[in-house]
Amino acid sequence: MLHIKCPHCGMRSQNEFSYGGDATVKRPELNKEVTDQEWDNFVYNRVSPRGKHLELWQHLSGCRQWIKVERDTATHEIFRTYKANEEIA
Amino acid sequence: MTQSYRIETGGLINRNKKISFKFNGTSYFGYEGDTLASALLANGVHLVGRSFKYHRPRGFFGAGVDEPYAVVQLYRNGETEPNIKATEQELFEGLEANSVNCWPSVNFDIGAINNFLKIFLPAGFYYKTFMWPKSFWYKIYEPFIRKAAGLGVASTKHDKERYEHKYEYCDLLIAGSGPSGLASAYSAAKNGAKVILAEDKPRYGGSLLTSDVNIGNQSGKDWADGIISELKEMPNVIVKNRSQVFGYYDHNMLVMSEKVSDHLPKTKKYHPNKRLWYIRAKEVLISSGSIERPIVFGNNDTPGVMLSSAAKEYLKVYGVLVGKKPLVFTNNDSGYETAIEFKKHGVEPIVLDSRSNPQSEIIDEAKNLGINIKDSYVVVAAQGYKKVKSADVATISEDKKTLGKIENIVCDCICVSGFWTPTIHLASQSGNKTKFNEEIDAFVPGVSKQNETTLGAANGVFTLEETLKTSFEKGKELSKKITDKDNEISIPNVVEKKYSKHDKFWCVPLPKGKSYKRFLDFQNDVAVSDVEIALREGYRSIEHVKRYTTLGMATDQGKTSNLNGLQLVSEIENKVVPSVGHTTFRPPYTPISIGAIVGREVGKHSKPTRKSPIHNWHEEHNAVFVDAGVWLRPRYYKRGNETLFEASKREAKNVRTNVGVCDVTTLGKIDVKGPDAAEFLNRVYTNAWLKLPVGKARYGVMLREDGIVMDDGTTTRISENHYHMTTTTAQAANVLSHLEYYLQLVWPELNVNVVSTTEQWAGAAIAGPKSRDLLQKLFPKTDVSNEGLPFMGYVEGDLFGVKARIFRISFSGELAYEVNVESDNGRFMWDKIIEIGEEFQIQPYGTEALSTLRIEMGHVAGSELDGRTIPYDNALEGLLSKKKDFIGKRSLQRAAFIAEDRQRIVGVVPLDKKTSIPEGSHLVKDANAPLPNKKLGHISASCWSVEHDNPFSLAILKDGKNMIGEKLYVMSPLKNKVIPVEIVSSHYVDPKGERVRS
Ligand SMILES: [Zn+2]
Repeated sequence: MLHIKCPHCGMRSQNEFSYGGDATVKRPELNKEVTDQEWDNFVYNRVSPRGKHLELWQHLSGCRQWIKVERDTATHEIFRTYKANEEIA
Repeated sequence: MTQSYRIETGGLINRNKKISFKFNGTSYFGYEGDTLASALLANGVHLVGRSFKYHRPRGFFGAGVDEPYAVVQLYRNGETEPNIKATEQELFEGLEANSVNCWPSVNFDIGAINNFLKIFLPAGFYYKTFMWPKSFWYKIYEPFIRKAAGLGVASTKHDKERYEHKYEYCDLLIAGSGPSGLASAYSAAKNGAKVILAEDKPRYGGSLLTSDVNIGNQSGKDWADGIISELKEMPNVIVKNRSQVFGYYDHNMLVMSEKVSDHLPKTKKYHPNKRLWYIRAKEVLISSGSIERPIVFGNNDTPGVMLSSAAKEYLKVYGVLVGKKPLVFTNNDSGYETAIEFKKHGVEPIVLDSRSNPQSEIIDEAKNLGINIKDSYVVVAAQGYKKVKSADVATISEDKKTLGKIENIVCDCICVSGFWTPTIHLASQSGNKTKFNEEIDAFVPGVSKQNETTLGAANGVFTLEETLKTSFEKGKELSKKITDKDNEISIPNVVEKKYSKHDKFWCVPLPKGKSYKRFLDFQNDVAVSDVEIALREGYRSIEHVKRYTTLGMATDQGKTSNLNGLQLVSEIENKVVPSVGHTTFRPPYTPISIGAIVGREVGKHSKPTRKSPIHNWHEEHNAVFVDAGVWLRPRYYKRGNETLFEASKREAKNVRTNVGVCDVTTLGKIDVKGPDAAEFLNRVYTNAWLKLPVGKARYGVMLREDGIVMDDGTTTRISENHYHMTTTTAQAANVLSHLEYYLQLVWPELNVNVVSTTEQWAGAAIAGPKSRDLLQKLFPKTDVSNEGLPFMGYVEGDLFGVKARIFRISFSGELAYEVNVESDNGRFMWDKIIEIGEEFQIQPYGTEALSTLRIEMGHVAGSELDGRTIPYDNALEGLLSKKKDFIGKRSLQRAAFIAEDRQRIVGVVPLDKKTSIPEGSHLVKDANAPLPNKKLGHISASCWSVEHDNPFSLAILKDGKNMIGEKLYVMSPLKNKVIPVEIVSSHYVDPKGERVRS
């Protein structure tokens, strides 16, 4: 079980969080024309890197904030966690 | 029976307390402090079971967790548990145990025929033996394997025992209370660190219980006892025996199983049977010691062959002789310790040492005691079937390839020592990159991945002096980092014997013309020949060899077999062991009860139970409840002998003719507030929301980004910047997360706040032609006329002094209202509705009638919004705004979603108007078509239409738009039904929707 530092609440066990996928995916703007490829890339296509991965988690049984977690998918090492609106270094 | 193998005095057992027990139906005695194994050995019982594959007789090989095969079925206080190691099970009054893996009995075992038919059971027997012919599998192979294999039988009864989970945080978790565990715990505790010291055995001290050493002018055991009693007094230390740290997981979380009651005849009142500890430690010190490894020789699985360290432990801890004519076979000095213990107790051992002319302090001592020592000698094969009767021995050449003339020595046990293997399971589980230590021919921990340090024998350090020194220092160093204290501890002086170098010899060659089985893995019956076959067949990776031969698998996890297996592979492959590498050690290190893993989450505790504030009323009125997610909802209210079918028909009919009331508290409710709330809803829902006036409700559908319908419900504008959203019971939590996702991450510029209010409001749906009359009496001061409160209108009302929200919305398709009051007033509201509704023939209705009403109206619910359908499929395309963008809109352009023959909701009526249609059935064109019969759609929901008095179903059907009027077949192979049906509109009742507006 991972130990995740919620930027709002502090260190918490993984079972308080839910996973939300790749945090680098950006939703196309509303009312903007997008190609099929662009839309598929947003909805379906994901890279599955071995190593560093910036991902979303929601502190579901806590402050309910969505946060960003920089995690190594191979070792599970967590390098840093960010608030939703925080600049990623 | 007398304990003929128990010595007169000595050992750590309590000789004043006799304990009676039964093994395979025979009664025996042992003493308090015995294990089942030591008590059986005291009684001269060596035969405990049969082996997994060949059903060869099995005895005791170890004295603790290292035991690969002395596994029994245990009976305790009316319960039974399989897979219990006799070497770990403490004796209690009335204990009963039976052998496993033997049928019909341990002495006469039909499966032993496998031993003679071993041609059928070589390496890879899982994969190739039982493959052919296919028709044999179910009738012959599988039942045979099930009967013959396995490590016992799980009870089919409900387990009466209680199991607990405990979460703990500490600075240092120390696994193992041998010298390194004690020393590191002591210095860390003295430095103020919060320490947990775990010992899997009942007694603390590890190797100090059996070794002949002095620490600070005391015996090793006395020193250990002193440290333990001091640690137990310290408030910052938790000391636990019978507690196995069996798994090392991510981010320094370890799991430990504490056997609270297994050593007692019966679990004490209010005590659990076992307690599972989830421990998050800042630092982990692994002091799990080492396990002696066997030397491989012919028939080395015969009962009576055991580890030399186990023989010593039985003698020193339990006062038990494992034999009276022992043969000690060693490649290092450890065997001599065992031989000396035998000699001290008047038994004459013979030592065979594979080394030529070894010299050391302890060998001199053995010589001085007059022990018969034969250098350059090996055991070629054990003789005897159910018990060792003698050993074939021979001299061995310096290069270990050539055997001399075979001689026979009469003996009743063979104590083997092939040197020591550090127990690196926990370190390996943590991700440590282990390395091979040539000095000791074994893997030791290398580079740590997590905050973990391995000490003492587990780290390949076999001298006590160095172990104590490094452990005291490590405990201090790590605790200092955490507590910032620097308490000086004086390291006691140590007296121990010096060891000479061991012999890198692990396998006795086969003599010419002999084909003895030489076992590597005793639990899984893997012999040298099996690994040879696997390599001959082309398996190279050690992970593949493991799976093909089962070497090092199952509950044993290679505790005694791992290194010899690697030695063999590297020898055949002409490689060195480190380049072969070792297989992954998997948790659990030792078997853990399923009960302990499950903990308290059984039966009704497996999930929370949510009840509406009106629940008691339902109970008082004969409600039959159904699980709706975590909620309990009335399914129907039983009158007399009514069946579910009869009751739900009555309740639904009463809604259509009079008025009914339904508890809808469980519906998800979310408050959406803020100046941008309308804009937010406009993006979330598929339809338009910017112009919804205050005091009005609107039905909305929300999609996922992939265009699939996520949920539906009505949302009401309570005031300018305040909306009350409802969701389905099942999706409430997901919808809230979904909204939070968009507000926090995608559109943070929107000034909107969302919060769940599901539990703040109790809700009652009042539905039926007489609902307005009832409502007027409930709210005499409120104008509830069609003009005052039109369809989709909302007002606040005063329910006899209680503030209420009145929504004119309908799920049943009838004229209907939903009244919400604060949860505390839920029962009051309900009582008033029932009391005043009496004159209108009101009846409560449950979820079954609720379903009937919505199905015949063609209203979609969870069974249609099943995560696979788009708005069109549910005839909801009218709600898709063309003017604005919304979540998931772009996906609706996908080719499959706009296909001409896209699936769509339809109604289904059986041609005979009598046969009920099972939900989940398939719709096909031709009932007699050959399989696989092409499926055109499926039945999503079924009911008995109270309006038409015949069965009616909803279905999602390919090209549903053009199928109205078609005749198809419903097929349910599960229920063995074929029903001819007609496809009709999904709106089976009031297709124009006039009633809700009446
Ligand atoms: Zn938080």
